[in-house]
Amino acid sequence: MSNSMDDVANHAQALLIIGSNTTEQHPVFGSMLRQAVLRRGAKLVVADPRRIDITEFATLHLRHQPGTDVALINGLMHIIVQNGWEDKQFIAERTEGFEDFQQVIQEYDPERVSEITGVPVDDLVKAAEILSLNKPMAVMWAMGITQHIVGVRNVMDLANLQMLLGNMGVLGGGVNPLRGQNNVQGACDMGGLPNVYPGYQAVTSAEARQKFEAAWGVPLSDQIGLTVTEMIPAAGEGKVKALYILGEDPVMSDPDTNHIRHCLETCEFIVLQELFPSETSVYADVLLPGVSFAEKSGSFTNTERRVQIVRQAIQPLGEARPDWQITAELARRILQAGPRQAQDAPYASWDYTSTAEIMQEIAALTPIYAGVSHARLEAGERLQWPVKDGRHPGTPILHVGQFSRGKGRFMPIEHVPPAELPDDEYPMLLSTGRVLYHWHGGQMTRRAQGLLAIYSESLIELNPEDAQRLGLNGNRRVRVTSRRGSIVAQAWITDRVPPGMVYANFHFPESPANELTLAALDPVAKIPEYKVCAVKVESAT
Amino acid sequence: MDVKLTINNTPITATPGQTILEVARQNGITIPTLCYHKDLSPVGSCRLCVVEVEKWRGQSAACTTPISEGMVVHTESPAIIQSRRLVLELLLQNYYDAGYAMGDRPQDNEFIHWVEHYRVTAPRQAQPRFAVNSDPNPVVWVDFNKCILCTRCVRACAEVQGRFVWGVAERGHQAQIVAGAGVPMLEARCESCGACVAYCPTGALDNRMSVGLGAADRKVLTTCTYCGVGCQLDLNVKDDVPGGRVFRVTSNPNAPVNGMHLCVKGRYGYDFIHHPDRVLRPRVRRYLLQGLPRPEHDRGEWVEVDWDTALGIAAEKLRQTREQHGPDSIGVLTSAKCLNEENYLMNKFARQVIGTNSIDHCARL
Repeated sequence: MSNSMDDVANHAQALLIIGSNTTEQHPVFGSMLRQAVLRRGAKLVVADPRRIDITEFATLHLRHQPGTDVALINGLMHIIVQNGWEDKQFIAERTEGFEDFQQVIQEYDPERVSEITGVPVDDLVKAAEILSLNKPMAVMWAMGITQHIVGVRNVMDLANLQMLLGNMGVLGGGVNPLRGQNNVQGACDMGGLPNVYPGYQAVTSAEARQKFEAAWGVPLSDQIGLTVTEMIPAAGEGKVKALYILGEDPVMSDPDTNHIRHCLETCEFIVLQELFPSETSVYADVLLPGVSFAEKSGSFTNTERRVQIVRQAIQPLGEARPDWQITAELARRILQAGPRQAQDAPYASWDYTSTAEIMQEIAALTPIYAGVSHARLEAGERLQWPVKDGRHPGTPILHVGQFSRGKGRFMPIEHVPPAELPDDEYPMLLSTGRVLYHWHGGQMTRRAQGLLAIYSESLIELNPEDAQRLGLNGNRRVRVTSRRGSIVAQAWITDRVPPGMVYANFHFPESPANELTLAALDPVAKIPEYKVCAVKVESAT
Repeated sequence: MDVKLTINNTPITATPGQTILEVARQNGITIPTLCYHKDLSPVGSCRLCVVEVEKWRGQSAACTTPISEGMVVHTESPAIIQSRRLVLELLLQNYYDAGYAMGDRPQDNEFIHWVEHYRVTAPRQAQPRFAVNSDPNPVVWVDFNKCILCTRCVRACAEVQGRFVWGVAERGHQAQIVAGAGVPMLEARCESCGACVAYCPTGALDNRMSVGLGAADRKVLTTCTYCGVGCQLDLNVKDDVPGGRVFRVTSNPNAPVNGMHLCVKGRYGYDFIHHPDRVLRPRVRRYLLQGLPRPEHDRGEWVEVDWDTALGIAAEKLRQTREQHGPDSIGVLTSAKCLNEENYLMNKFARQVIGTNSIDHCARL
C-alpha cells in the first residue's frame, strides 16, 4: 500500500474497491472501511462481478464482467477527461506520457465500455463523478485485479487513474494493494523473488550483485530465476531436479492440480519444511518439522509496509525447530561439504544466535530496512519502510512530492480478453478465491475446530437462474468440470454470483478449485489467471 | 481556549468538548464505568459513573456530560457512593453466575470488580432467567444470566464490526439482548469476529473454546498469522504442560493496526497450533535410509529419524544435485507465512549456498 489503513479509513472522501472481497479477506480493514462509510459518509464504489458483502455499504456497485477491468478503468478515465475532472496541475508537475495515454483512453467511450463490461452507461458516469469529485480518493485492490493474464496491466491502469486524479502522495489517497498473506510483503521485501535481492535490488544490476558478492563471499548468478509458476512445471520437464520448500502447499495453491501432481512426482528430490503432512508432503522425500508463529520470535511486515514484532509464546512442540535454525543448519552443512565455498566476508557466515542478529544483517544490506531493528520494535516504535537509518521514523505515505523514478509515467493500456472464456462445451465462467472462515490451502484453518464448525465443506456459489436451468431441485450437489479436471461439491444457490458464473474456493482437498483452474500466466508477473476460466456445471446425483 | 474546572478540589485545565469522564481519566482520577468504553459511542445508561456538579440539580453521568468553565465536580461524595451501590445492587439482583467460568478472566469482569470495590452484596440470591449457553455459535458463548444490559455488545457490533447482529428486545424488566429478531447469532448474519466478547464487561459473552479453562499464566503480545492486515493479539498461555500451550486469544488495546478488534480467524483460529497432526520429528523416506534409488511412483513409507540424519540426507542430496546438474537445477520456495528473518535466510540460501536465483513464494497465488 502506498498509504496506511487508518489514513485511508479516516481521510479518504471516496473509496474504490476493485477486485478485493475486503470484509472477508482483510476483515479488520474491511470493518474499518464500513465505518468510514457509516460514520463519515465516505462514498464507496465497489467494482466486482460478485455481490460481495461490502457492496451493502456501497454508494454504487459496478458489476462488470470478469476480466474486463482495463476496459472499465479506461472507460472511467475517458469520462473523467471528457468532463475536465482530471487534476491538471498534478499531471503537469508530476507526470509524463499523458498525451500517448490520452490517445488510448479516447477509444474507450462509454458505449463501447458498457458493451465490453456489461456495466450500464449511467453507472459508468455516476462512478466517474463520485470518484473524481470526492477528493482524496483511495483505491484498494487484491487478487481480483492481479490474478489475470493482464494482472500487471490492471495494476498500471489503476496507477494511471490515481495520477489522473492527483491522488498520489496525499493522506486518504494512493494505490493500495491488500496483501493476502500475513508476511507476503516481507517475503517480497526479503528477496524471496527470482529477480531481486532483499529490498528490490535487481539481480541483473552489476552494482547490486557486487554488493551481495562482497557481503556473502561468493560469486552470484546474474540470471533471473524461475517463478513458482515456472519452477514446478520445470520440475515436470526434468529441468529442476530438486526443490526445497518452506511452508507452502503447491498441490492446493497452484493452478491445474493434476499437472502440479505430475510435476512433483517427476521431481527427483523434495525437501519440505512444514507443520503438517499436506497434499504436497505426499511428494516429499524429507519432511522437516518447522514451527507455528507462536513458537518463534522475529518480525512480519504487513500490507502497509509496517514491520511488526512476532514474539515466541510457547516452546517448539516435540522436536520441531524454528524454521530459521533449520535453514541455517542446512546451509552450514552444504557449504562445509563443498566444493562451493564462501570466502571470508562480513555476512558469509550462518552462525546466527537469534533472529535479532539476522535483522542486523538485513538492515546492513537492505536500504529500505536500514533503520529497522528488533530493539526499536521492542521499544514500541511503529516503523513503516522505507526506514532510512536508526533514527528515521519510517514512511507512512509513499510518493509524497515525488515518485521513486522521479516523474510518474502514464502507461497506455489496452483491454485484452481473458485466456479462456466460456464456449459451447464449457459454457460457464469460474472464478476462484477464499472465504472468510478459511485460509489458503486450508492446512491451518481446517485444523481449527471453531472455524471448521462454521464452514465445514466447500461451497460452490451458483446463481438461482442457473440452478433452475440445471434442475437442481432439492439436490444441491454439483459437478464442475473444466478442460483440466473435475470436482464435486455442495452448491450455495445465491445471487452473489451473476447468472453464468460460479465461484469456488481452494480450501478443501475433497473439492479443490485448482483441479479446474488454468495455468495461463501474466507475461510479466507470471501470475495465473485464477479469476477466469471456462467450466460446465452439472447436477451430481 | 482552555476550560478551567475543579474535580475533587483539584483545579484542572482541560480542552473544550471533553466530557467529565475523559478529563478525570486524563488526570488520574478513577470514575467507575460499565456501559462506557472509549472505543464506543457513550450512552450514559448504567449510571455507575454519576458525579455531583456543584449548583446542579441531581447527579450527572460523567461519560456524557461535557465540561464547562468553572465547573466544580465531586466524584466520590457519600451521596454518589450511595447511588453507585444502589446501581450495582439492582444489577446484582438479576446477575446469576452459574460458576463455570469463575477463574477464567477475573480481571476482565468489570462488573464484579466494582461490586467488590463498593462492597455490594445481593439482597437475595439471583435466579437463572435464561439457559446457560443459549446460542449454538461454535466460537461465541452466550449466557445472558450474566448480562447487565450495558449494550456494549450492541454498539461493538455496529460501531466496530459494522454488522448489527445484536439489539435490545422488549422494555423494562423484560428487556434483553437478542441477535437479529431473536434468532441464533449466525442466522442474524454474525461473522463471529468476537468483538462483542472483547467488549463485554461481565463474561455474558465469552470465547466458547476456552470457557472454564481458567486464567492465563502468561499473555504474549504478537502479530497474527493469517492475512496481511497485521493485527496484533495476546496469545493466552498456560504453563501446565512443558513448554506451555496456547488456549485463548484476547484483544490488546495497544495493537497499532487493530486496537481491540480482530476477525474470526485471528481470535478463534489458533488451535491448529496444538493439533495432533503436527509433524513433531523429522521424517525421511525409507529408500533414502537404505541407500536405494527412489521407487518409480510412490516414494515409499516414511521413517521418523533424528535431526542429524534428516539434515544430513537433505544437505547431501541437495549438494549432489548442485554438483551434477548445476545450481539452476534446484528450486527454492520460501514462505509468506514465515518471518522476515527466515525469508532473508531462504534468499541467502538460494543465492549464496546454491548459487541460483530460482527462489519464489506464493505471492502470486
